[in-house]
Amino acid sequence: MSGAALIEAREVSCTFTVSGGFMKEKRRLQAVSRVSLRIEPGEVMALVGESGCGKTTLAKMMMGLIAPSEGTIEIGGRPLASLPRMEIARSVQPIFQDPYSSLNPRRSVGSIVTQPLRVQKDPDPETWRRRAEEMMEFVGLPQRLFNHYPGQLSGGQRQRVAIARALVNRPRMVICDEPTSALDVSVQSQILNLMQDLRSELGLTYLLISHNLAAVEHMASRVAVMYLGRIVEEAKTGRLFDSPCHPYSEALLGSVLTPDPTLGIPDTQLGTSYPNPLDVPPGCSFHPRCAKAMPGCSVRAPRRVPAPGGGAVACHLHDEGAALDTVS
Amino acid sequence: MEKAAPMVSLPAPEPSPAALLRRRIFGHAGLLIGSAVLIAIILTALLAPWIAPHDPYDQVLDRKLIPPVWSDGGKATWVHPLGTDHFGRDYLSRLIWGARISLVIGFSAMLISGVIGTVLGVLAGFFGGRVDMVANFLITTRLSMPVVLVAIAVVSLVGSSLTVVIWVLGLLIWDRFAVVMRSATMQVRNLDFVAAAQALGCSKSRIVFSEILPNIANHLIVVATVEMAHAILLEAALSFLGLGVQPPEPSWGLMISEAKGLMFFDGWLIAIPGTALFALVLSINLLGDGVRDVTAPGGV
Repeated sequence: MSGAALIEAREVSCTFTVSGGFMKEKRRLQAVSRVSLRIEPGEVMALVGESGCGKTTLAKMMMGLIAPSEGTIEIGGRPLASLPRMEIARSVQPIFQDPYSSLNPRRSVGSIVTQPLRVQKDPDPETWRRRAEEMMEFVGLPQRLFNHYPGQLSGGQRQRVAIARALVNRPRMVICDEPTSALDVSVQSQILNLMQDLRSELGLTYLLISHNLAAVEHMASRVAVMYLGRIVEEAKTGRLFDSPCHPYSEALLGSVLTPDPTLGIPDTQLGTSYPNPLDVPPGCSFHPRCAKAMPGCSVRAPRRVPAPGGGAVACHLHDEGAALDTVS
Repeated sequence: MEKAAPMVSLPAPEPSPAALLRRRIFGHAGLLIGSAVLIAIILTALLAPWIAPHDPYDQVLDRKLIPPVWSDGGKATWVHPLGTDHFGRDYLSRLIWGARISLVIGFSAMLISGVIGTVLGVLAGFFGGRVDMVANFLITTRLSMPVVLVAIAVVSLVGSSLTVVIWVLGLLIWDRFAVVMRSATMQVRNLDFVAAAQALGCSKSRIVFSEILPNIANHLIVVATVEMAHAILLEAALSFLGLGVQPPEPSWGLMISEAKGLMFFDGWLIAIPGTALFALVLSINLLGDGVRDVTAPGGV
């Protein structure tokens, strides 16, 4: 790939220590392990996977809210750890899942939207109000809401306030952590369309974390599939949705409910149990639930190899070089 | 710039937050009664030099133990509406001046303990981990010390005065502030708007002061009223035991203590300061409960 990535994670890991209880040994929880992800300017990268697979932790590391235990994250070629807090805030901004908890209930809408300008000590205080109102109009909020409090707004309006706050300083990158999953179905598409419009007009780059695969297919240019803290497959959206390479991606895509009731509830063949992240299975962490598991899968962790049709995948099925027979 | 997707418009113009708050305040009887009584007591205390009919320290021994005007003995007189005590001091004047002591002690002790408890609780809740462990240790240590016992020890060491009572109480009753502020801070700090503020580049102190404190202020006000009432009762108890305010200061607790020998003959000597103490503590508690109800979630 050419040119500088807007944001790039290199082999980042994040480990939490979890106390096992009184007088018990502390245990290590590897939320993200050796993930590399490169996001080019202008693209929409989607991150999908089950709850608890480390998507949000990865996103928080990319905003500098959590320091990675290993590996580095770079913004525009410069390591995140060396950048001042304010500069990270100017280039990367989040949109959170739940607009009921992401807005301070004691602040008015106007105070929330101008807050980034105030925090950044923007040099023209007399323009703050005008710029905030412009941004509110831009995201479809009537200006009469300027002095309202979040408690008086609907979910969709709240999410628009959150988007206005994220964009008022014109960041280059927006990390959207399930931006629609707390909203009514009727409002979800409004917010997604708004995000699309904003992206093309302001030249934004998105990292979109979502459970909603239809939304991902609609919005994203590339998709990364995460499982238990690892990226198992990464490819252009079309390729991933047409011919997923990793058995987990396949199962995930197969789990989407269809509007046709005669088709019933899809069988993902994943079983029901999500493995305990404190006790990750050896070898390929997906092998206990994998329909195509081979004997060697429980012994050796798969490498990341180029996938047929583009992108990359970490699965023994596609790793010609690995001689599984000799291991088993 | 092109305008984004149209919004669903709101049904009717909603009342402003200030109007809503006003409606809730005036619909709350407890809050109104509590604040009316408290304001009356505060005004009495402030205006004591002008409204007290006599000098509270002036002893007139040939006029001692005059009963209040509503008793039917021939001695009752409007010169001393609430009668006189066993030194012939005007009871109404002592009651009025005593309001000052109760309020000063209650307010100062609440302020000192509030600062200590809030700082400790917010730090523990915000930083968690080791800071929380230290704070919890301090809270447990404090809870294992009986207030009266510590007060006895301190008073016997440094002697007793109004200042000593204020500091002893202030340094002892911060535990509830710390416990409540700690759990309230923990709740708020995990909400997304704190993460959003972090992502905006806010410093930790800015997050604490402008994101967390405004959201736990209503808990703070409620605990403050409870602790103020608590401090006033403790002062009365300490003065009753002879460890608090010293004679001839007109403290309500001390007035009860001085009258206990005459309890069976002149019961009003105890009933009057007791009623005043009851009214003050009840009004503060009503006010605190009212503030809690009015600022409860669902409001703005």
